[in-house]
Amino acid sequence: MNAPLLHTPLYDLHVELGAKMVPFAGYAMPVQYPLGILKEHQHTRDKAGLFDVSHMGQVKLVGAGAAAALETLVPVDIQDLPVGMQRYALFTDDKGGILDDLMVSNFGDDVLYVVVNAACKEQDVAHLKTHLGGQCEVVELADRALLALQGPAAAAVLARLAPSVAELKFMQNAQLELDGVPCYVSRSGYTGEDGYEISVPADKAEQLARRLLAEPEVEAIGLGARDSLRLEAGLCLYGHDIDTSTTPIEGSLLWAISKVRRPDGARAGGYPGADVVARQIADGVAKKRVGFIVRDKVPVREGAEITDGDGTVIGRVTSGGFGPSFGGPVGMGYVPASHAAAGTALFALVRGKPVAIEVAKTPFVPQRYYRG
Amino acid sequence: MSQIPAELKYVASHEWLRLEADGTVTVGITDHAQELLGDIVFVELPQVGKTYAEGEQAGVVESVKAASDVYAPIAGEVVEVNAALEASPELANSDPYGEAWFFKVKPANAAELEGLLSADAYAQEIGA
Repeated sequence: MNAPLLHTPLYDLHVELGAKMVPFAGYAMPVQYPLGILKEHQHTRDKAGLFDVSHMGQVKLVGAGAAAALETLVPVDIQDLPVGMQRYALFTDDKGGILDDLMVSNFGDDVLYVVVNAACKEQDVAHLKTHLGGQCEVVELADRALLALQGPAAAAVLARLAPSVAELKFMQNAQLELDGVPCYVSRSGYTGEDGYEISVPADKAEQLARRLLAEPEVEAIGLGARDSLRLEAGLCLYGHDIDTSTTPIEGSLLWAISKVRRPDGARAGGYPGADVVARQIADGVAKKRVGFIVRDKVPVREGAEITDGDGTVIGRVTSGGFGPSFGGPVGMGYVPASHAAAGTALFALVRGKPVAIEVAKTPFVPQRYYRG
Repeated sequence: MSQIPAELKYVASHEWLRLEADGTVTVGITDHAQELLGDIVFVELPQVGKTYAEGEQAGVVESVKAASDVYAPIAGEVVEVNAALEASPELANSDPYGEAWFFKVKPANAAELEGLLSADAYAQEIGA
């Protein structure tokens, strides 16, 4: 079945800017503009890039019980999340597998604001309604677009529209007016750079996007560069680097499990698959997500098999490609825990030929978040 | 708009060919091909001395987006490859008909060149 592709509120603007549109998670999305992926990537690292991420799902959870209720679905401390702060979270299933990754913000006044992946949003909203119904209201914000302004010039650019955004630190958020439009602004992103994610009413999205693109530092950036930027930043892409066949521990995401929700924490467990995750924290895991660099220039892409020195297949690449800022190919994949130490020499099979790779720490380029 | 030099020969898989004075044939990928691929970051060239059949895979070109095969557009033995292109794959974007030649073939039968696409025919092929 080929359902017609959905359009974000910026579709016409993308076409006007000369974007190459491709299907992505049911939407027609810009994969690149005339600048091209490489230059778009570099521009974001050098100045500022504007991304349309309106395909992602935005949801509000409203009610006094929202935080406690959401904690039954994620291994993350939501109840003590300060007002004005955002936190990374994971929906887990009964086996500890990852249903989706998401961002949760505390807007105060018993309102949580959640952003989920485009491909998972229907399933996530149903999941929230099924499990949280009765404890809080689950409101999908289908009338809002989402922009990301990323890069070292992002703060200076956005401060021209609202000086107070400069005061936000990484993972803080605020509700304020940009160009006269009421927005939710968080200092976060998916590139490893300083920057903002901006939730804007759908009917004002194009106006705001044009206003930002008019700033000399800003270029429109497509999904192609978004992928190479997040890969260099060591950030997981749901459905590729993590999914229901991987747990947070296998996915090397223990850092995302709040201390208070770990086995020795005050609110230990209490989320789907907590028993599996607790056992893995105690006993370790058989396979683990690692980053790797490539000894040669040949890009090692998703799906490539990983072998040990004897040629035995021991794992698989889940993301990989050329890292323009790193200056060579990089990737991520799953390998046995015994082979997961940084510096471990392995091979990836590219067109049947072994290519030397080396397990490496991520991020591949330094993160430049603004922490004040 | 893609450049399609009139003096070259072409095949539908987007390689160009040029008959040199010494009887060898230089092969590269077209401007249209590099436009489709986008930013090129890796090139794998054939082995010198190896003989390829017409249409046989002889190399690989990878852009930021994807990997794509390069085919031998004419049967023959590879006599030289462009090491400079291997070192600087981005040449395939900036100078596809010049510095970014891929390899040179000693054709098994040079007359086969006549049967390949002219610039006009290639333009039609790609809808240019």
